[in-house]
Amino acid sequence: MPKDHGIGAATKRREDVRFLTGKGRYVDDINRFGQTYAVFLRSDVAHGRITKLDTKAALAMPGVLAVLTGDDFKGMGGLITAWQVTDKHGKPQLEPRHPVLAEGMVRHVGEPIAAVIAETEAQARDAVEAIVLEIEALPAVVDMKAAVEAGSTQVHEGLGSNLCFDWGFIEANKAAVDAAFTTAHHVTTLELVNQRMIPNAMEPRAALAEYDSGTGQYTLTTTSQNPHVIRLVMGAFTLNIPEGKLRVVSPDVGGGFGSKIMNYNEEACLTHAAKVVDRPVKWTATRSESFVTDAQGRDHVTKMQLALDKDGMFLAVRTETYANLGAYLRLFATVTPTYLHGPAAGGPYKTPLFYVNVKGVFTNTVPVDAYRGAGRPEGTYQLERLVDKAAREMGMDQAEIRRKNFVRPEEFPYQTPLAVVYDSGNYHATLDKVLAMSDYAGFEARRVASAAKGLLRGVGFSTWVEASGLAPSQLIGSLGARAGLYESATIRVNPTGGITVFTGTHSHGQGHETAFAQIVADQLGIDAGLIEISHGDSDKTPFGMGTYGSRSAAVGGSAIFRATEKVIAKAKKFAAHLLEASEADIELADGQFTVAGTDKSIAWAAVTLAAYVPHNYPAGSMEPGLEETAFYDPSNFVYPAGAYVCEVEVDPATGKVRVAAFHAADDFGTVLNPMIVEGQQHGGIAQGIGQALMENGVYDDEGQLLSGSYMDYAMPRAEDLPMFDVDHSCITVCAHNPLGVKGCGEAGAIGSPPAVVNAVIDALQRGGHTHVTHIDMPVSPSRVWSAING
Amino acid sequence: MHNFEFVKPSSIADAAKALGQDGAQALSGGQTLIPTMKQRLAAPAVLVSLTGINEMQGVCMGDGGLHIGAATPHAVVARDAAKHYPALAALAGGIGDPAVRNKGTLGGSLANNDPAACYPSAVLASGATIVTNTRRIAADDFFLGMFTTALKEGEIIVEVAFPIPQKAAYVKFNQPASRFALTAVFVAKHPGGVRVAVTGASSGGVFRWTEAEAALSGTFSAGAIAGLTVNAADLIGDLHGTPAYRANLVKVLTGRAVTAAG
Amino acid sequence: MTTVSMTVNGRAVSGEVEGRTLLSGFLRDGLRMTGTHVGCDTSQCGACVVHVNGQAVKSCTVFAQDVAGADVRTIEGMANADGSLGVIQQAFQDHHGLQCGFCTPGMVMSAAALLAENPKPSEHEIRHYLDGNICRCTGYHNIVKAVMAASGQDVSALAAE
Repeated sequence: MPKDHGIGAATKRREDVRFLTGKGRYVDDINRFGQTYAVFLRSDVAHGRITKLDTKAALAMPGVLAVLTGDDFKGMGGLITAWQVTDKHGKPQLEPRHPVLAEGMVRHVGEPIAAVIAETEAQARDAVEAIVLEIEALPAVVDMKAAVEAGSTQVHEGLGSNLCFDWGFIEANKAAVDAAFTTAHHVTTLELVNQRMIPNAMEPRAALAEYDSGTGQYTLTTTSQNPHVIRLVMGAFTLNIPEGKLRVVSPDVGGGFGSKIMNYNEEACLTHAAKVVDRPVKWTATRSESFVTDAQGRDHVTKMQLALDKDGMFLAVRTETYANLGAYLRLFATVTPTYLHGPAAGGPYKTPLFYVNVKGVFTNTVPVDAYRGAGRPEGTYQLERLVDKAAREMGMDQAEIRRKNFVRPEEFPYQTPLAVVYDSGNYHATLDKVLAMSDYAGFEARRVASAAKGLLRGVGFSTWVEASGLAPSQLIGSLGARAGLYESATIRVNPTGGITVFTGTHSHGQGHETAFAQIVADQLGIDAGLIEISHGDSDKTPFGMGTYGSRSAAVGGSAIFRATEKVIAKAKKFAAHLLEASEADIELADGQFTVAGTDKSIAWAAVTLAAYVPHNYPAGSMEPGLEETAFYDPSNFVYPAGAYVCEVEVDPATGKVRVAAFHAADDFGTVLNPMIVEGQQHGGIAQGIGQALMENGVYDDEGQLLSGSYMDYAMPRAEDLPMFDVDHSCITVCAHNPLGVKGCGEAGAIGSPPAVVNAVIDALQRGGHTHVTHIDMPVSPSRVWSAING
Repeated sequence: MHNFEFVKPSSIADAAKALGQDGAQALSGGQTLIPTMKQRLAAPAVLVSLTGINEMQGVCMGDGGLHIGAATPHAVVARDAAKHYPALAALAGGIGDPAVRNKGTLGGSLANNDPAACYPSAVLASGATIVTNTRRIAADDFFLGMFTTALKEGEIIVEVAFPIPQKAAYVKFNQPASRFALTAVFVAKHPGGVRVAVTGASSGGVFRWTEAEAALSGTFSAGAIAGLTVNAADLIGDLHGTPAYRANLVKVLTGRAVTAAG
Repeated sequence: MTTVSMTVNGRAVSGEVEGRTLLSGFLRDGLRMTGTHVGCDTSQCGACVVHVNGQAVKSCTVFAQDVAGADVRTIEGMANADGSLGVIQQAFQDHHGLQCGFCTPGMVMSAAALLAENPKPSEHEIRHYLDGNICRCTGYHNIVKAVMAASGQDVSALAAE
């Protein structure tokens, strides 16, 4: 049994108390003396040339302090992207300049053109309307395949192409893969769309910038998953501010799901504006603004094939994907559809041959970047839909075709043909578990019961594995990453024994203040209440890469573990001195240092006090203080995996799909806090069901976002979802990080969409609508009905 | 949003006077108007709140059926109309969400005449009478197309009188994002015949499906409309559903409403 | 500017507002009570739900002047007199009914309104009542559980059908 506050305990979250009493501190809750407000003028056309931009009248409006335009950022850098993808011809990706404010051209609806800074938000909003703006509208490119045809309108005139990259993974395998298809017993082919998703963290983005003209010091308080990254990329590449002059703080963050990774135009604009007006400047997005400015997700169009032998063993997979990048490259824009997506073609299967082709395409739409799962949901959806279709075509059971192709438990570590090595796993165990949880054997009886109500019942599978815990720096560096993805932690032990843990990752809702304290409490054997977690401030934590890619526990938690080990090692020196024993004989348990084999011991707090009161140290032999920092760079990704079963009921008269049951058996390695992990499973599955059935970011031919508010973008509500049946008891620990953890944040969003869609297809097939072999997401009532009647 | 002068009269006469000013607009529950103003798509100079007028509040039985004050929130209708006109109460209890129902009003919904709103279908199927500060308007004459009604500038809906049908039911198929009606059907069986009102399906707003009315007036059962088809040509196609899909929903939901009405 | 007065969490308050000042803005900017959140501009998300005269309303869709004289209750007024978490708040913590916390104030206020109307709601009734409160983190599973637990019902058997 875990201790009540150590690793494995379902400790209640300490952060909840402030969130539940209205005392959370999100960016928009913070106000500064003398604060001013920014409101942005944005493009209402998807593509056009700015022919007139006159700010004089706006400047004369009541309360207006400044109006910034692209001219104010001349000579400064643009917004950068963090990964260089080299395409199949050996060519580096095309990288257009991404200006803070539009420089003569606009390339998507919502692109910022000017910012008004005024005494009140209402004055700024009124003054935006006084800016004289004329845009000569140009044809917009929205469709990816049209965008790469010769003669297409160019999103970026100077670039020469809308094709950012044409990536082959792995190009050298292509001939062998093609050969496997020519001789295969069976080939399953499927074309599908992974629709545009809009992340919709419930807290809209916001920023508050300050400038101290006495010291030249900037402070940006912003809704970010990674304040150090913002400081680095915005300071070094956009505004030319050295790190020492720029502090980035990210307080409580109301969800992110990837959309708060990126450095945004508004952050850079406000930081500069604070200096221009020499006053604090605040901006808070309206939800309507979020819809056209937050980085969006997914948006792939894929054609793929699976080659099988006569026994249903997978021989080869090949895919061709058009990945929409939108109008500009945000931070992880090019790695998401390539290295985060391509390896997912492997899944938990032993398929020997792969070829993944991805064409990254610029369009006149909002930029696309990482969204919960980032690339892996797209790849998993493709593969699990393809396997589902193959099983139907070959008359095989959905569980059996998966089981027989799984990497077997004794084969780990398993070198995939796709660069990565799965260090541990047991896919058979999670599949067996979910079959039991879902009473697969009893499905037919439930189907008959549904049929009696006039409803078609179906069951869908998804078995998946992801590479997460981003990321081993050396490996990703070789693949084009422009940064390392280690994490740092500093453990500051205070004189009276309390601890502050400074972590470079961050929380946007995952409960790190609770779970990270459990790690340290477990190692030291002290009460978790003595441990404070500090995150989200570049002035406090030495460095950090933030939270995304299910990395917080696996990488951030491991850094904390390592730093705590260093603290223990130094504390033992003090304890040895105080106990007049050899350092090697000192043991730490339950917050007490003991000389092994004796009853001589001393309490944690006595040792920490001695560390800061060096009255009786041997001369010159010991350095006072007890604070240690560790940078942890993982040697491999982690590979969480799971097996999901979804049952749906379809009303054939209306096409309405109800998720009747959802069962998830996941392997996350060591579980730090089961309550929090289950919450992550629920949330991820909900987002996956949202994608499968409801959500859809749709642009018209002119590049206008049709689903630009909650009136048209269907967010899952309580009524749309069932209770979830989740499990994380099938544990294979991660073989290379000290905690044995894998990562659970993205799991549900990766594994669930194909389970839902497969279940719908199954329901229709069993219901006699055998002509329906695929429906694109979202599998809306209209689409289901049209498929049945089509 | 643009700024405005806010006034909250306590009588219909004062409200009418306030609405006579240049740029004046009535505010009822505000659940549609306020978001519209945030988008700066409406910019009244004077906003006249109608929620402080007692004579526009409440649900009671009277001449010609159930009388509902135009400023009565949906939640109150859901509660107080339940024993008199359950189908109408159920409709009110399914509009938006609880917080919206505590503010949004019958009069506001009718004056706005959103093509996907719930109330217009009940008013039309019930054959209700819209009582304004100047006249009485029959439901069949009130709805003139999307966001368009017979109301004149400054005219205020005071109450609506609903004849109570022998049988009635409202079946709504939610648009998944807005929770407005993707399509919804109100079926009401009156002594003089059946009325079927459809909302959400047509860009022209609420309409009566007269073929179904004729069939159901003969035999009030779902089977009576089995042979009918709905012409998709006039129906809305958007990212939530094609015209053909909405045409299907009109028929399916009508059948279900008939069954639910019993 | 006009002066508006009301009672918030039992305290008489007043402040200067414009016609366009929303109740959410009056609470957040005027009274510096930032527990009430604004998550959308179409009256959908429900992060801003407060009680006005005992009824749940979306404070971003009500003008401050329209509720002059009203009795308003916000998330800041939901704890017990001694500062400990109220029953609903405690159930949310006990059952992990929140993650990022942004939708939480509105969720708690809606839950409180539900339980005032319906002291023992079913799972279906809870889900239906929370239709105007969007949460992106939890998938609602633990919110439903928390509301049910706050009503004194056994939640151990809550699961998919």
